[in-house]
Amino acid sequence: MSTDPSKLAFNAGWQYAPAPESTDHVTIDEQYDLFIGGEFSPPGEGRYFETINPATEERLSSVALAGEADVDRAVKAARKAYAGPWSKMKAAERGKYIFRIARILQERAREFSVVESLDGGKPIRESRDIDIPLAAAHFFYYAGWADKLEYAFPGRRPHSLGVAGQVIPWNFPLLMAAWKIAPALACGNTVVLKPAETTPLTALKLAEVIQEADLPPGVVNIITGAGDTGAAIVNHPDVDKIAFTGSTEVGRIIQRSLAGTGKKYTLELGGKAANIIFADAAIDQAVEGIVNGIFFNQGHVCCAGSRLLVQESVADEVITKLKDRMETLIVGDPLDKNTDIGAINSAEQLDTIRSYLSIGREEGAEMYQSSCEVPDTGYWCRPTIFTGVSQSNRIVQEEIFGPVLAIQTFRTLEEGLTKANNTPYGLSGGVWTDKGAKIFKMTQNIRAGVIWANTFNKFDPTSPFGGYKESGVGREGGLHGLDAYLRLES
Amino acid sequence: MSVTAIRETGHLPDLSRVPLVDEVGVEERSARFQTRSIKKESKVEALRMVLSMIDLTTLEGQDTPGKVQQLCQKAIHLHDAMPGLPHVAAVCVYPTMVGVAKKALGKNNIKVASVATAFPSGMAPRQIKLEETRIAVDEGADEIDMVISRGAFLQGDYGFVFDEIAAIREACGDAHLKVILETGELGTLDRVRRASVLAMHAGADFIKTSTGKIQPAATLPVTLVMLQAIRDYFYETGRMVGMKPAGGISSAKLAIHYLVMLRETLGAAWMTPAWYRFGASSLANDVLMQLRKQATGIYQSADYFSKD
Repeated sequence: MSTDPSKLAFNAGWQYAPAPESTDHVTIDEQYDLFIGGEFSPPGEGRYFETINPATEERLSSVALAGEADVDRAVKAARKAYAGPWSKMKAAERGKYIFRIARILQERAREFSVVESLDGGKPIRESRDIDIPLAAAHFFYYAGWADKLEYAFPGRRPHSLGVAGQVIPWNFPLLMAAWKIAPALACGNTVVLKPAETTPLTALKLAEVIQEADLPPGVVNIITGAGDTGAAIVNHPDVDKIAFTGSTEVGRIIQRSLAGTGKKYTLELGGKAANIIFADAAIDQAVEGIVNGIFFNQGHVCCAGSRLLVQESVADEVITKLKDRMETLIVGDPLDKNTDIGAINSAEQLDTIRSYLSIGREEGAEMYQSSCEVPDTGYWCRPTIFTGVSQSNRIVQEEIFGPVLAIQTFRTLEEGLTKANNTPYGLSGGVWTDKGAKIFKMTQNIRAGVIWANTFNKFDPTSPFGGYKESGVGREGGLHGLDAYLRLES
Repeated sequence: MSVTAIRETGHLPDLSRVPLVDEVGVEERSARFQTRSIKKESKVEALRMVLSMIDLTTLEGQDTPGKVQQLCQKAIHLHDAMPGLPHVAAVCVYPTMVGVAKKALGKNNIKVASVATAFPSGMAPRQIKLEETRIAVDEGADEIDMVISRGAFLQGDYGFVFDEIAAIREACGDAHLKVILETGELGTLDRVRRASVLAMHAGADFIKTSTGKIQPAATLPVTLVMLQAIRDYFYETGRMVGMKPAGGISSAKLAIHYLVMLRETLGAAWMTPAWYRFGASSLANDVLMQLRKQATGIYQSADYFSKD
């Protein structure tokens, strides 16, 4: 607590009592098998791995480890379903199934929110208000496209591709599954999806939803495992399309192995977005935007605004206000409704973040963290900012994927723009100014897939998402997201 | 610079340097405060704090000494069925009722606040506003709630508004001055922010949203903008200025969200009746009802709570 009377004190006086979300309505099975051909079946090699709660380090469940034979079984089931009912079905009927998934997700939203927060560590406020509703929204949106594909691409005849292999990350587990499955199904493909090894539970719950929605067996197959399982999906000869979201490093390996195979692919990879604050911005709202840009989901966001570029004349004001705001962020139990920042997803990720905190300090940057207490068990990182950094520092160049912000200053618009583009990534960006002309100038010249003006981290199923340069290939979401799952004949 | 010195040498600030406000961002942040879940002991603490911050108000043309006396009784005896409750901060009345209220409150340490300056429109010559202020203070008002000249402000005559506030400030003597911006008539949050800065530099002890006679009265977004102005002024000068949202806050739940906003914008130092007030007439009973519910687990009928 600050005792300096010239400073605002946020940790004294009235405090919020714990307000934990109830977990009574949630059941997590002792063990989960592979969802192949509409049924749960054990893995061929009989191996399982644990998934834990990163906030407590307690085991939640064991999930099957799919080997190559299991992947093959899943792809065969998907191929059979594709050849059988799915690709022959009337598009409007396909749409009905997808609508049904969306509705069941809405009905079970509370359960999914809790499981997402338990398994991944994200605050319940985010899983409840963002992840789960947005996942349902993606199914609703693409369900509507199922029988209107001809209108999406006028003058061309759309054809489904076949079997889509999909590998998704741990930062938005259910949402990424929705991003991948919804357009694939709407376009008439069948799916083999692998959730990340640290966050498999909501995908397995989604398998239950798919059963409940009565989809024909094999249309959606969900198999769990680690990197080897993902590689087996990517390299399977009978997969027609690969959709991957994850690290740039793995993305490169995938692209290499897909070269020459004729498989269609989309890769959504890392980012190091610049969030650019001009002196004429609404500063208090821009500070909110900085917080939302980097501390949303513990900074485990590929499009996070992890580089703050602030115009020199307002830099001190912005940093002072940002530090005050950071003091009010509540770090802790992901299931508490008042938590702003939850647990880091895994011990491994926490190590990565910590190594960057050391690198930043060794590079001579000044580190500031909020003064909040964090629990003894579990994986935690206080919200962190680095000042006094420059383009040549690793914490500016490399993706940290944690609640860590690198702050730089700039003088002119051109300098801001040059710094924003001086990165191998190009997934997102943010511009804060009261001047419309400046917004247009910046957004036209920043080489990134999505750029927010006077806001940050806003998502909608109708809006395409994807990267430039090392941030990826292809677009997901919106009408563009259909293109990735279709062959268009002219 | 000492606080008095700042007040006395205050000059019209350069309003072009006042930070801009983005309405969408303010609304988003305001909505976020409302997602805070305040339970159990923190709820009881908040409810008691709300009670202690209320300016119990009657500002009607039909007010009589009898009505004001009854309101003062309510201020002293909020709900004697629950011993140990804090009393409200002040009773807020028209200048003609200040003497009545002063007498009725006796030595109960409840302040008497009086509106002045041709409340609620403010449409009167300055001499009359000053005279009205002096009369209210002479009658014993501890606090003066003045209205700014919105017409002059909207016209861009900031100097006029500044001088008027400074003059009223002087006429207040030892009484505290709350400056009502009547945000419902200002139209944009940018103007709310500018008016806040102007009022603070002119010597306001408190800035207040509304008269309660114009819709919209207090809202969370407007209050947030004013709190942010207070924070910036504090950083600039070291002087604390109080905040009073007034009008339209009639539920305990909403009042708690205002406290959440206060806590996360200005911090602990402002969380006392000395620096934060609610201008309200019907809020107290809802707070009492909620306190009763927290203590007993059941809601009591509204008929058990006195309506004065």
